[in-house]
Order: sequence, then C-alpha cells, then structure tokens
Amino acid sequence: MAGGAADGSDGGKAERFKELALPHLDAIYTLARYMLRSASDVDDAVQECYLRAFRHFDTFRGGPIKPWLLAILRNVCHAIYAGNARLVYAVDTGGESETTAAKPIWREDTETPEQMMLRLQDAETMRRLISDLPAEFKEVIVLREINDLSYRDIATVTEAPIGTVMSRLARGRKMLRDAWLAAEGEGRLV
Amino acid sequence: MNCEEASILLHALIDGELDAGHARDAEAHIAICPRCAAQLREFQEFRNSMTPATLRHAAPMSLRSRIEGRLPAPRAAESSRRSVIKGFAVGATASALAASGMLVMVMRSDDERRLLGEVVSAHLRSLQAQHLTDVQSSDQHMVKPWFNGRLDVAPPVIDLTALGFTLLGGRLDYVDAKPVAAIVYRRRVHIINLFCAPATGSAKRGVAMESLHGFNVRRWTENGLNLWAVSDINVDELTEFGEKFEGALRQ
Repeated sequence: MAGGAADGSDGGKAERFKELALPHLDAIYTLARYMLRSASDVDDAVQECYLRAFRHFDTFRGGPIKPWLLAILRNVCHAIYAGNARLVYAVDTGGESETTAAKPIWREDTETPEQMMLRLQDAETMRRLISDLPAEFKEVIVLREINDLSYRDIATVTEAPIGTVMSRLARGRKMLRDAWLAAEGEGRLV
Repeated sequence: MNCEEASILLHALIDGELDAGHARDAEAHIAICPRCAAQLREFQEFRNSMTPATLRHAAPMSLRSRIEGRLPAPRAAESSRRSVIKGFAVGATASALAASGMLVMVMRSDDERRLLGEVVSAHLRSLQAQHLTDVQSSDQHMVKPWFNGRLDVAPPVIDLTALGFTLLGGRLDYVDAKPVAAIVYRRRVHIINLFCAPATGSAKRGVAMESLHGFNVRRWTENGLNLWAVSDINVDELTEFGEKFEGALRQ
C-alpha cells in the first residue's frame, strides 16, 4: 500500500511486537508469580520484561518468541533477586481473587459444588507446593508443566544443558510429588 | 541401563522427549524392573492429576494496559496489516483515501473500535466468571437448537473437533447491548469465543484481523452474520480457525 508507514517505524515495530509478544503475557506473568515474592515485584518484573524485550526486539531472530520472553523475564527476576533478595519463596496470596481465579475454567463433566471446592483446594495446594520448591527446580516445573515448553526451550530459557534440565525435572517432580503426598496425608488426618 | 539412569529418563519418556533409540532402551529397562515400572506409573498418575489450567495465573487487566501504554503507539496502518485495510476500505472513495496511511486510520469508524473493545471484554468475562457456557456439549446438534427462541438468528454451530478445534458449547452474551450467540471452542488450553450477530446492511466485508490487549480478533461477514473470533492464540492459528470454520460452513 502506497504511503503506508515504513515497516521499520517505531509504530510498525511496536505493532509487530505487540502482536507477537502480548499473547504470551499470562505465561510470563505465571512464571513471575511463581518466582517472586511480592505482588508489586511481579508486576514490575513483567513490565520490565516487556520493555526490555521491545528494546531488544531487533535482536530477536525469529522462531517462537515465548522462550525468548521467558528468558528475559528470568533474567529480570534474577536482577530483582540480586538487588533485594525477594526472590524464590513466593507467599500464598490467597486473598487476590483476580489472580487466583484459575482460567480458563471448563470441565468435561458437570461437577457438584463439593467436587468443585475440592478441585479448587487441590489447585491452591499445588500452587503453594510449587512455589515452595527451590528456584532451580521450580522454574523447570513451571516451564514444563504449566507453560508447556519443550526440553530444548527450557534449556534455552534456563541457560542450562538439556541433561541438567532432565535431572532437575526428575528431582523437582519427585520433591513435588512427595510434598503432595505429605499434604494429602495431613488433609486426611484433619 | 541402570535404575539411576532410568529414573531420569522415565520423565523424558512421560514427556515424549526421548528419541526412538533412548525410548527403546528405557522401555526395555522398565519392562524388566518392577521398581522403575512402578515409578513410571506413579509419576504418570501424578502428572495427570496436575491440571495446568488451574495452576496458571492470569495477568491483571491493569498490568496489560500499563505495558501497552509504555510501548509506542502505532502511527498508521502498514503493509503487514493489509487485511485490516481491506476490511475497512469499502467503496470507491475509500481507495482514493487509502493512498495515505493516516486517512485509512480515520476510516476506521468509532463503531468498529467500540465493537472490538466489546467483544474482547465479553471474551474476558467468559474466562473469568465461571460462566463459559450456558449449554455445554461437544455435539453441534445439541448446541445449535439451544439458541432457538433465544435469538433472532440461527447461529452456525459447527463441530471442528476433527480439525483441531474442540467445540465446548454455547452461551448467550451481549455485545453492543444486543444479545448475540457465543460459540465456544478450545485449542489446546486456549479458549476461542466465536460471537455471531445479525449483520446490519448488506455490505459483505472481507476478513479483518485485529488485536487488542493482547487478544487477537478475526472479524468477517458470512450469510448475513457478523462474526468475531476472539482468542489469545496467535494470528496464524486464529486465521486457521477462521478458514476451517468458513470451509466447514460452505460444505
């Protein structure tokens, strides 16, 4: 189209960036929520991730953008951690309805209110247990189980060899499963 | 292979990340080692019990807006968004005006912007409240009749499960203060809302792809209906959805 803005213009670049990057906002936000302690750190980290990604968008070499964004977020989280040591042990923020509202919600079968309560409690417990994992195991668990990344992409994001990703995932799953069984045991005693 | 190696590889096996050779080795070990076989089963069960959808966090709308606000605003229509221009530039005067990118922007009527905002809001509402569907069925012959008497039009309900988009059901929603049909599909863990409303006027418009707050919207007109497909899946997949829907509609 004649007279249209050049592709290299800021506006054009921003539009392309938004189209590619913003659909992954929830995935980025999810990792930040598991990695960082305070809600304001989470928002700041996600915003910083997007601004940084946009500044370096020229260096993005194509391919899937999600691992690239997650790697930036991870670096931002580490910078925050180095700055004031608020990383790693996420607090239980059960009071925030906006963010604890799991989405999307659909079930294949209709369920009773009691079943739904149990399911929500289970999810709450699982979120807490994942948050409590040490950072290097937590990040592979979140990237694999929640963000659905391949081993190769996880290796890129965490800057670790695939072999390390595999052993961390194995260990992380074992820790998580043990913690889950322990929590279930406690639940039965109550 | 020993148990120590197998205890790591069995996770890659669960994740489908092993090449044929390693998968064969791991399976051979598991076949003769009851301990590793039990582990594989336990971790498979554990993994199945994790529901990723409930472990995700949705970014608050305020954060989304904050980020969008910090990025440079688009200056004008550009070549990669030609489809948008095609959608709006109707009539002879339009093509003359279209010579300037700025003027094409002016062409986008306030109405269209407002409707875009409304369908994205409706999409967001459907995800947040526990009210994704009024009628929950993957059977198009259940969903379609449900709309009878609730709307002035019979929305096209097409099962696209075989084509990679699972029909979840239907819902009555409101766009522009008018009742519309929302047909709900799922692509992996992503929800697609397809909104259908009777088209006003007879102009048949082309396909337009837009995005707002990180959601993509494919808008088009078909059989006297305005259709908006809204989702957080990428433009390519939403295009695929639209094309498969149109293809199935014509059959």
